[in-house]
Order: sequence, then structure tokens, then C-alpha cells
Amino acid sequence: MKLSKEEVEHVAQLARLKLTPEEAEKYQGQLGSILEYVEKLNELDVKSVPEMQHAAGSANVFRDDEVEGSDQDTRERIVEAFPQKEGDLLEVQAVFENQET
Amino acid sequence: MDISTMTIRKALDQMQAGEFTAKDLVQACLDSIESKNENLNALLSVADSALAQADAIDRKRAAGEELGALAGIPIVIKDNILVKGWTASAGSRILEDYQASYDATVIKRLRQADAILIGRANMDEFAMGSSGETSHYGPTKNPWDETKVPGGSSSGSCAAVASGMALGALGTDTGGSIRQPASLCGLTGLKPTYGRVSRYGAVAMCSSHDQIGPIAKTAEDAALILAVIEGSDAKDATSVAGTDVFIPELVQKDLKGVKIGIPKEYFLAGMDPAVEKAVREGIEELKKGGAEITEVSLPHTEYGLAAYYLLMPAEASSNLGRYDGVRYAYSSNGNDLIDSYARTRGEGFGAEVKRRIMLGTYALSAGYYDAYYRKALKVRTLIKQDFDDVFKQVDLIACPTSPSVAWDLGAKFDDPLTMYLSDVYTITANLATLPGMSVPCGFKDGLPIGLQFLAKPFDEASIFRAGMFYQSATDWHKKTP
Repeated sequence: MKLSKEEVEHVAQLARLKLTPEEAEKYQGQLGSILEYVEKLNELDVKSVPEMQHAAGSANVFRDDEVEGSDQDTRERIVEAFPQKEGDLLEVQAVFENQET
Repeated sequence: MDISTMTIRKALDQMQAGEFTAKDLVQACLDSIESKNENLNALLSVADSALAQADAIDRKRAAGEELGALAGIPIVIKDNILVKGWTASAGSRILEDYQASYDATVIKRLRQADAILIGRANMDEFAMGSSGETSHYGPTKNPWDETKVPGGSSSGSCAAVASGMALGALGTDTGGSIRQPASLCGLTGLKPTYGRVSRYGAVAMCSSHDQIGPIAKTAEDAALILAVIEGSDAKDATSVAGTDVFIPELVQKDLKGVKIGIPKEYFLAGMDPAVEKAVREGIEELKKGGAEITEVSLPHTEYGLAAYYLLMPAEASSNLGRYDGVRYAYSSNGNDLIDSYARTRGEGFGAEVKRRIMLGTYALSAGYYDAYYRKALKVRTLIKQDFDDVFKQVDLIACPTSPSVAWDLGAKFDDPLTMYLSDVYTITANLATLPGMSVPCGFKDGLPIGLQFLAKPFDEASIFRAGMFYQSATDWHKKTP
């Protein structure tokens, strides 16, 4: 089984991955063969089986919604890691664009 | 001191008796790193502060101050666990320049126990790999034979301990990433029960499977590390309260009254006959120790891998959504925001990570969610039920860790499905949230073989009891590369 080029491009777009044409072609075959393998699950009748919901098997874990300040050192390290910044502010590319009407 | 045979237990006792200092011990590890790391590529960096830290421990000891449970013990940390101020690359280009801004909970606990964090271990990129070869920083080699893989994804952690660069390591295990490389490198590696160890500060891959655990030369050493890192943590809501107190049963040297099940589905055609022989001989030793051995059945075993390779990529594709180049890590500017995301991720992630993100995104996308993801969750329930049923009859399961010994570097690299099959015996413990441990049980052509123990959730004590008995009766764990 092989995924179509369009399918791979669609998934890459959903995943926000820019693929080279070589990568896209490789994934057509590789994803196809993995998907073919997992078809194995269709041998099982799971209609009445519940989905496994929580690995720890526990119910919700609650805590008080209290704001804890970050210490100065941690704060500085986080700001230091910003790819682009203006002073202590994180700079990002424009999300909305001006549209000429 | 012979660092290649030194254990944590022996080192603690001998330092206490004044036979050597923590500084001597750290220096011995640094010497191993100096002479072996260039070839093995096990560590990505070495802590400058290790000797000074050791010195401080020695002074505390000399002054008669109280010392932590791992005082002076050099430990390496897998590169997906945050150590404040250290690079935490998770083996990826996308985190190449990322410096951790805080300590993971397990790191805080190691520091409180006076352990010495000696270096940062290489790994498969984002823990996605079974051979150590998907690291952006080059493959790690197996200390037993440098033409072979060390297993993965905790490749560097295992290669480092096997070659005397540290006495123990932290790894992470999502589908076998502690147990499988421990098996291939002749070590003891434990994946604790899901929830026993806090994952705060570990780079998330597949959150319903990921667990941090110890790698060491013996079951006793693994227990000593686990006792320090385990316990609930307000910062990880999946860590389970009430498990903090854990006293390994270190003294029991037989297995009288212990019922051990051998799952018939774990001895498949296609496994290496030498592995099967060594594992069956290991089981004979358990019987000699008084264990009652019975054959059991885990009928859905053959579906585990397929379920895992849907659930894991699905969760990973969601978890790795955070690497968008905006707040930290690698960032590549495109024409607009969406283009920047796609470039950052396309350039920052390696082939295996992209493959799994693609697979997971596909499995979760409109029209496929029920057929793939939801179905895999149901099969996960069936696999858990298999184990629940078997643990009504037996206390422990014994089986192989890996169907083969270490293979040639490069041999499976371009064939993802064959690579995934090497995890077939370890994945079920993650699906069913069980603890599992691999111990060395023999060799084939000079390459180590592993015997795996699985137990009920939170029954690591039974695993340690069996592991310590086995290591009191055999000396496979004492062999060195």
C-alpha cells in the first residue's frame, strides 16, 4: 500500500511540516507499509470493548488555582531562550494581516 | 579501583569505609569518558562541576555531616530530562541550543540525595528509535562491539554505564527504551509503573506511556536509584500519591512461594534461538530458587505493536506541536507565520520524528480517527485485560527483553517496520502501564542477552526480589565489555 502524493501533502500541511519532494516520496511508501501493518487490528472485534481512558487509572486530580511566582533566575533563563525579543518581550511574526479592500 | 566492575552498592560502602573518595570515583569515570567517549559517542557533554561536587561530598563526609542516599555516585542523564543550565537537546537539532531553565523533579531528587550529575547522554531523537541511530548528534556505539548498535532510545545512558563512564543512569521508556538497550548492553534497566516516577521536566513523547527509570549494573543498584527518584509530585498529575515509601526487599535470597508465568506468545518463531535458550536457562535458575513456574497466555500480544504504533505517533504528533520556533529552540523565518512553523519543523526535526508526526497526524485526522486511534485505544484495553487475568494466577512474568542481540549499525535504519519489531516484547508493559526490568542472562557471540520480568502495577518489589535472587545465583551481570 502506498499513500498518494496528495495525501502525504495534506498530512504534512496539517502537521505544519515542510517536506522536501524526496522526503514526501519516501513517506508515501513508508507510511503506507506501516498503515498496512496496523490494519492487523481489524482482525479483532472491539465493538463492545471500552477505550482505555487513563493510563494511571485514576480520576481527576484537583488542586487550588493559586498563582505561584517564578523566581528571577528562571524568568531570566526563559526570556534568554526567546528566539526573537524586544527587551524582555517575546517578538512574533504578525498573525493577522492588513487586507486591502 | 576497577570502575568497570564497580557498583553503586559497593561504592557507597567503600567510600563510607574510607577506601576511596567520591573524587577518586568521579575521576575514574572521567578517565573512562576521556578514553572511550570519542569512539562510543555515549555522552554529548560532561559536567565541568563534577569534581568540585565530589570534593564537596568528601568534605561533608569528613566533617561527619549527614549524606544523601546516593552521595558521591556519578549518574548520567538522558538528554530529554531537564537539568537547569544544561543543554537539553533530546537528541534533536530543533533543541540544539536549548538550555533548561529549571530542574526536572527527578533531578531535584538526585541532587537532594547528593548524587553527582556527570554528563548528558546521547539518545535517539525525541526518544524515537530502537538503535540510537536517529540522534542528530550521531549514533552511539555498543561498548561490547563498536560495529553494533547499543539499542535505544536510551542509547547513550546504557553505553555510558556499560563502559564505566558512570555507575548509573536515568533513561526514559515509552515502548522499551530503557529495557531494550539495557539488554543489548548487558545491564539492568527498569521501567517503573506508569505513575511511580514524576515526569515533570522530561521532554514529552507519548504521555500515556512515557516513564523515567534507572539503568545500572545490578537490580540492587537500580532499586537504590528508584528509591531516590520515585514518588508523587504536585507538578505531574499522573504521578500517583501514596507510593512514596518504597523499601526494596534487598535481603530475600530465594524465590520460595513466588509464582512466575511464562507467556507462550513471547517465544515466537523468528526470535534468535540463542536468545530463547539463554532466557529458558534463566527461567530454570528461578525454578532452582524455589519459584513455581507455569505457562500462561497473553492472547492479544500480537496486536500490541500495531496498537502502539498508532497511539505513540498520535500522542507524539500532538506533544511535538509545541516546537513551532516561537518561544524557544530552533526557529526559521518564512514568508508568514504558517510558513515559519513549517520551515522550523521541517528543518529542525529528523526523518524518524517527521515520519511519526506524519503517521500520528494521519491517524488523528478527520475520517481516520475511529478506524485507527479509537480502535487502538480499545486494543490497549484488551492487552491490559490479558495482564490483569494472568496476574490473578501468577506474581511475575518472565520472558525475553529483545528477540535478538545487538545488530550491525545501519542494518535496520532504512526499514522502520523491521526496526519497530525489535520492541515487540517490551511495548506491552507500556500499553498495560506495568513495571518491567531487564537483567543480563547470557551471551551470543560476545553480545549480551536480556531476561525481562514484568509485574502488577506498583509491584516493583517482586521484580527486584526476582532480579536480586537471579543475580545472586548467576554472574552474567558481572561481565564487562
